Amino acid sequence: MKQGTSLKGAARRLAGRHAQGDRSAIAKATVLLLAILGVVVFLYSMTTGASGASAWDVMTSLLSGGSLSDLDARDRIIVLDIRLPRAVLGVLIGAALAISGTVMQGLFRNPLADPGLIGVSSGAALGAVAMIIFESTLPAGVVAVIGAFALPLAAFVGALVSTLLLYRIATLNGQTSVATMLLAGIAIAALAIAITGILIYMADDKQLRDITFWNLGSLSGITWSKVLTAGPIIAVSLIVIPMLARGLNAITLGEATAYHMGVSVQRLKNVAIVAVAAAVGASVAVSGGIGFVGIIVPHMLRLVIGPDHRYLLPASALLGGILLLVADMIARAIVAPAELPIGIITALVGAPFFLWILLRGRAAHGL
Amino acid sequence: MSIRFEFRRSRSRATALAVFALAAPFVLPLAAGETIGPVAVAHAEEQQKIDTSRLVSIGGAVTEIVYALGEEGRLVARDSTSTFPEAAAALPDVGYMRALSPEGVIATNPTAILAVEGSGPPDALQVLKSAGIPFETVPEGYDRDAIVRKIETVGNFLGVSDKAKALADKVAAEIDAATADSAKREDKDRKRVLFVLSFQNGKVMAAGAHTAADGILKLSGVVNATEGAFQGYKPLSDEAIVEAKPDVIMLMTREGMHGGTDEELFAHPAFALTPAAKTKSVIRMNSLHLLGFGPRTATAIRDLNAAVYGKSGNVSQ
Repeated sequence: MKQGTSLKGAARRLAGRHAQGDRSAIAKATVLLLAILGVVVFLYSMTTGASGASAWDVMTSLLSGGSLSDLDARDRIIVLDIRLPRAVLGVLIGAALAISGTVMQGLFRNPLADPGLIGVSSGAALGAVAMIIFESTLPAGVVAVIGAFALPLAAFVGALVSTLLLYRIATLNGQTSVATMLLAGIAIAALAIAITGILIYMADDKQLRDITFWNLGSLSGITWSKVLTAGPIIAVSLIVIPMLARGLNAITLGEATAYHMGVSVQRLKNVAIVAVAAAVGASVAVSGGIGFVGIIVPHMLRLVIGPDHRYLLPASALLGGILLLVADMIARAIVAPAELPIGIITALVGAPFFLWILLRGRAAHGL
Repeated sequence: MSIRFEFRRSRSRATALAVFALAAPFVLPLAAGETIGPVAVAHAEEQQKIDTSRLVSIGGAVTEIVYALGEEGRLVARDSTSTFPEAAAALPDVGYMRALSPEGVIATNPTAILAVEGSGPPDALQVLKSAGIPFETVPEGYDRDAIVRKIETVGNFLGVSDKAKALADKVAAEIDAATADSAKREDKDRKRVLFVLSFQNGKVMAAGAHTAADGILKLSGVVNATEGAFQGYKPLSDEAIVEAKPDVIMLMTREGMHGGTDEELFAHPAFALTPAAKTKSVIRMNSLHLLGFGPRTATAIRDLNAAVYGKSGNVSQ
């Protein structure tokens, strides 16, 4: 597979590693800065919302070991049971989408790769749509067991099935061909979208509206039980993926070169694909379709800190989390007391920004 | 690209991760149990104890009923489908009934929530319930008894059962009076009406069975031209339109929005072949009024009847 033009330059720079000591200093500073910014944005998001609940009272009371029962019950519920789980999972989802985009772009050596491209998101969407339409036909016993998790669960299974299918197709004799995977991903995504189309045709108008809103994505209605469902899956992926940094750096030079440098390329691909499917599947399952975070964040960061995955991966996770929190704050504020689907915000802000990066790149590299 | 090694080892790891990922959604909720989040405040409090002085109303018909009961003084917010009466539109809007935001609703500081069946999303409702705000679901339905049930549910919740009984009786009597004439009509005289929810780029979404449109057509003594061949609103093929043989085409107007002209409609090859084309029979009605199934339904029936059967059978408006 041919290397992307901009990544080829990046790889060349990586090869002469000692020539870029200042770059890694910038990268380290950026990661630190993002971490601090993340904490600030997180705390700030706890204090904003349609209601004037005094988050500071709740937080200071908690931090000073005060008892919960002293607080206003409504404030407590808003801060601890509405805003806090939402912010926690929002950060995790933003981080998962962004870091997955970074891994995909590194692995495929293609600056356009994101989890949507290999069919993970379409598979998740198919699962969710199928559940919206067939939920009423499920046996009551099944519904009673899976309950409110039916939709996230279906989306998650959809993501995983499409990824495993993709992986089977692209893997021959224990080797995964990145080119086959990319093409198969496009085909699987198209297939998932087509089946989704059939299901949408079968849907009644109520289900159609549910599907529309699910597709737009939202962090609304996130509860602690959802945090406990999706959170650990995402968290494991967020821990595993940064461990792949050195391998991904080597892969920018080409898989054969990476292999001769002592990187277990096939293992790297296995772990990366499963981790991405888990992270994105769990995220899409909870939040619906939130676009553009996965593709924008890596590009933004490469402009600042360069292509070294050791810094790029943690920085992506942090920036992705921050961006999604900010987008969520906008979504909640703009039409309060109602709220906009967050997917609209990320696409509205993300798409023009992506165009800007593209135009810049065209000027710089003749893309 | 010829790299091959360590597949055995890596596959087992990948499988382990996949198995964990697959299993987690099943296992973790069980582990979490019901102890997460605030303990739900019992909804089974006696009705009279519920403070409904600050009420959020979700659903156009529900809001209309609150106004019809004269209890609008309690309303502090409504959803985006509650646009009638005009005074309701001036209240804060908490968003579309199927995409509510829990904090947005709580921000209006309600003491109680009345929501039509089908409001959501379920997670948002769960959060609202767990926030201890008394929550009542008003059953949805598309016939006379459903309207009575809606009014009684709202009235009982607001603690004005007597007023609700009176209103329900009045509305039921009005509907009975409105349907009395059409009930007497001979089957052969009943017109076939094709209810077109949307007509865009030549694509037609028509009403099948179990829709509000089907309900109002039945009450009005006309035949739904699609005859319940499918449920819900579905796109209709050109041949299906011809096959439905509608005597009248019914289009929806929303506030300020109008469909194409009659000429445009009958320029469509499928519509041109229907009986409706011969008599140029097209009806345009306000969808909120027609499909609301609230206190104004009797008027909607009369309007629809007059529009379809009119004077001397010439239904063209």
